[in-house]
Amino acid sequence: MVSPIKVQSKDLSVRYGSVEALKSISLDVYANEILSIIGPANSGKSTFLRCLNRFNDNQPNFSFKGLLTIDGQNIYADGNVEMLRKRVGMVFALPIVLPMTVFENVAYGLRRHGMKDKTQMESIVERSLKAAYLWDEVKDRLQEHAMKLSGGQQQRLCLARTLAVDPEIILYDEPCSGLDPISTAKIEEAMLRFKQNYTQILVTNNTKQAARVGDRTAFFLMGQLIEIGETKKLFTSPVDRRTDDYISGRFG
Amino acid sequence: MIKNAYTREKLAFSILFLSTLVVVLPVILILIYIIYQGWHAISWDFLTQMPKRGMREGGIFPAIVGTLWLVLGTLIFALPLGVLSAIYLSEYAKDNFLTRAVKLAIINLAGVPSVVYGLFGLGIFVIFLKFGASILAGSLTLAIMVLPIIITTTREALDSVPQSFRQVSLSLGVSKWETIRRVVLPHALPGILTGMILAVSRAAGETAPILFTVAAFYLPRLPKSIFDQAMALPYHLYVISTQVPNIKLEIRYGTALVLLMIVLSLNLVAILVRAQFRKKRKW
Repeated sequence: MVSPIKVQSKDLSVRYGSVEALKSISLDVYANEILSIIGPANSGKSTFLRCLNRFNDNQPNFSFKGLLTIDGQNIYADGNVEMLRKRVGMVFALPIVLPMTVFENVAYGLRRHGMKDKTQMESIVERSLKAAYLWDEVKDRLQEHAMKLSGGQQQRLCLARTLAVDPEIILYDEPCSGLDPISTAKIEEAMLRFKQNYTQILVTNNTKQAARVGDRTAFFLMGQLIEIGETKKLFTSPVDRRTDDYISGRFG
Repeated sequence: MIKNAYTREKLAFSILFLSTLVVVLPVILILIYIIYQGWHAISWDFLTQMPKRGMREGGIFPAIVGTLWLVLGTLIFALPLGVLSAIYLSEYAKDNFLTRAVKLAIINLAGVPSVVYGLFGLGIFVIFLKFGASILAGSLTLAIMVLPIIITTTREALDSVPQSFRQVSLSLGVSKWETIRRVVLPHALPGILTGMILAVSRAAGETAPILFTVAAFYLPRLPKSIFDQAMALPYHLYVISTQVPNIKLEIRYGTALVLLMIVLSLNLVAILVRAQFRKKRKW
């Protein structure tokens, strides 16, 4: 059961001016898997994630070496970042709802990508909200302002909004850091279900979460990839001592 | 020790409260004084008639119309230009030495004395571009004067839109301009309207910039086109207060009252529009 490689990073190095944020990262992400990335603060895990949807491009003094491909195509070769970001969705650490209604939040991306058909839009909004386990809670509140939802609901709304533009890859940047355990469980449940359709990369500070949902786990430290492997194996018998120290809480 | 803190709290409160009072009181007194002195002069004829007998009688209709034309003309030139360049400076321009210099220059332009703008308008629009003393030249001069206000307030409004809104929109593959148009601008609109309010007040009330570029001393008819001269309330007020002897006090204060009311009601309209937008945001 070998899945094709979806994302490939070859000798990826990133600098912000004189600060080296990533040092020669080489790793593959397989189609339809969940790759968890763990590591202490400033380990470069978020930087890596933001390379995949070219969110670092506008950072001052950002420079980049190496190769990053999706389906074999170099994503930095082409200037069309909008097309890339449509394929590579992102869920942020804090739930950031746009200042509009619940419905409009989910429909926002669709409208901007030119969808006019109202019935089609309604059905995609409904499908996305259902996939994010939010539909039952908001189906009667679609015209309410999204700010009125609870924090956990807002994060699932953000998830639905990302799903609505039909990405192939979803990046999560510590998506549950501000959520209660029940909301966290719902997001994780959704992630596991998404494996049928999406390739997912999860950056998290919560090693337990990485262990719960990740098929494989990568450990980053100070801009380097220390170890990557099957989640179960990495958590029970890590090869590198630093990985062992981190997951057992001896530092970080 | 506790008693000491308590008295100091009292003292701080008194000083802060008194300062506010000192600021607010003169404004209220001026308002009351102008209303008290001027309201006798206000009548339908005063508002709708041409001035007669060397402005000693009749109304101030052409000055009211002239001021409204100038405010409108100023906004037509300054609002789009100011808002668009503010968007460029805030959202697109790279943060380098040149950009910072331009931003600093714009802030400083707001502090240039208005008579300097008047001279500039005379040189460029009236003489060099041969518009003559006209509503066009006056509006352009006032527009240049209020541009820094509009740009600065618009930039502040744009900067106050959370960065995360832009991030979310961009992460969905929406282009930068669409992001600005659909997320940033709607959110910044109340702040931009505040800039517009300030610009209108400034344009309606200034005398020096229109002195050489448009204002007519005595022109008892309405302007025919934008190339025509016009009377304007602030200049008219200056003229009847200092240049024409034997004018009844109540006509002077009546004119001041009308100018005040025009500025306040223009502001009121903008404030109502702004409140409407804020309500639509329903936080």
